[in-house]
Amino acid sequence: MTYAIEAEGLVKRFGDTRALDGVDLAVPAGKILGVLGPNGAGKTTAVRILATLLRADEGWARVGGYDVAREATAVRGLIGLTGQYASVDEDLSGTENLVLIGKLLGLSKAAAKARAAELLANFELTDAASRGVKTYSGGMRRRVDLAASLVGRPEVLYLDEPTTGLDPHSRNEVWATVRGLVDDGVTVLLTTQYLEEADQLADLITVIDHGKVIAAGTPNELKRRTGGQSLQVRPTLAADGNAVAAILRQLTGVDPLVDKETGVLSSPVDNPMLLSALVRRLDEAGITADELALRLPSLDEVFLTLTGRVPATEGSAA
Amino acid sequence: MTTLHIGPARHIGPAATVRHGLALAGRSVTKIRKNPESLLDVTLQPIIFLLLFVYLFGGALAGSPGEYLQLLLPGLMVQNIAFASLGTGMALNTDITKGVFDRFRSMPIARSAPLIGAVLGDVVRFVVTLAVLIGFAMILGFRVQTDPGRFLIAVVLMILFGLCLCWVSVFVGMLVKSPQAVPGTLVAFIFPLTFGSNVFVDAATMPGWLRGWVEVNPVTHLTNAGRGLLLGGEWVGDAAWAFLWAIAIAAVFFPLALRAYRRRVG
Repeated sequence: MTYAIEAEGLVKRFGDTRALDGVDLAVPAGKILGVLGPNGAGKTTAVRILATLLRADEGWARVGGYDVAREATAVRGLIGLTGQYASVDEDLSGTENLVLIGKLLGLSKAAAKARAAELLANFELTDAASRGVKTYSGGMRRRVDLAASLVGRPEVLYLDEPTTGLDPHSRNEVWATVRGLVDDGVTVLLTTQYLEEADQLADLITVIDHGKVIAAGTPNELKRRTGGQSLQVRPTLAADGNAVAAILRQLTGVDPLVDKETGVLSSPVDNPMLLSALVRRLDEAGITADELALRLPSLDEVFLTLTGRVPATEGSAA
Repeated sequence: MTTLHIGPARHIGPAATVRHGLALAGRSVTKIRKNPESLLDVTLQPIIFLLLFVYLFGGALAGSPGEYLQLLLPGLMVQNIAFASLGTGMALNTDITKGVFDRFRSMPIARSAPLIGAVLGDVVRFVVTLAVLIGFAMILGFRVQTDPGRFLIAVVLMILFGLCLCWVSVFVGMLVKSPQAVPGTLVAFIFPLTFGSNVFVDAATMPGWLRGWVEVNPVTHLTNAGRGLLLGGEWVGDAAWAFLWAIAIAAVFFPLALRAYRRRVG
């Protein structure tokens, strides 16, 4: 497998604090890696190192096969950066910002203008193109930031908390854009405090806390690794509740939890084979169920298990 | 659809650096166009300097304000340029805390390009401050006694000097924490440079130790060159000295500024 981004043992100290304390990352080309972690975990420091803005004290990182420290110029030719730190100039209009970036990337004036118009149209900013960016709403601002990072058609895109502080509608738009880019073969590294965002977008997730990777894998692997699967049944007839409870008790050895509002019964299980056993037993008893599932824990539960902290919830920008 | 793929470049040559610098200077000029009030300092300053020095000192130093004005203006051009260069360091200090610099730094352009762009963009400030100064001086009675060609040489020489002096300002701007600290620090450098010269008074009236400094001071050479170019007389020798000084200042402070910038931004 070819990796678009690889890093090993990244360490970055700021005075006495170790912002990164030996971080390994690997993102296969064309995939989305979600770097998840609470505020101050070291996510932004990692992005800044991978974007050649900061030098690691120890460890190495390669982007598109180029070393971020020794071949920084080559790396800069491959990447796009969007986030709290890399933004556009508020005094300039959307068009002026994108044209400037195009010119800096070696486009002729005409080509830079064409590319700017194309991107602004893609991001539905054509109407606001000639207005100063400082008049843009939060969502528009984020879209023009994203457009700015795409002028050079990057192979690798860094999105540092791209939806922090956005309303759900704008957030969905950013997500749709990111999915579209990946369809075009772009590799994306996305940092987020939102589990839902990582779950929705990422092929792979790396959880960072206190500058260390505390878990890495696909969203499903992470959910499985922390255990806590449960069998959930919602009988069609509420009257069957007691019979279902009895079956669950026999299968799992414990009394199931009953959600009185929804009528869902759930029991923790460690053996996924119990699902088929449950189906057979319900069948034999002639009980039909509206809902029947072996449920993985939510990423929120995973996060809580891993870090011992409740994660930021959607909308509560930190 | 525009096709563009930025291939991995390993090295950025001087030609590309200049091209990037010019593109970023264009950004500075656009910003000035959108925020004309950012030119307030370089607009008010020459008017205040003119009124203050011509009418305060003119009678005592040259017999009449009118005569003093002729002698003073070339020196005031240098002084206003020097004070206008304060703005570069302040603007960069402000800029650097914003995300837009990180965007530039993550692009395959020369590291020095954002600094070069800021300095080149300041040509606009120099032109404005000189235009206001000379325009207002003409209202007060100043007359160029040579020809437009030599007037133009004087203006170009002053702006060139200003561009070199800007690197001192950029250096200080990279060292101090807040933009407000830039003028405070730089004034300690610009005051002896501009007042410790023959701009306001004839060096012959000064004590020997001060005269020693005044005679080597680049501001003195540039003022003499300006007087020759605008009022008539010798100018080539002083212009050459001023030019050499300007190059020397840039040669020392450009690398210092670049190093301070690299340290500042990590």
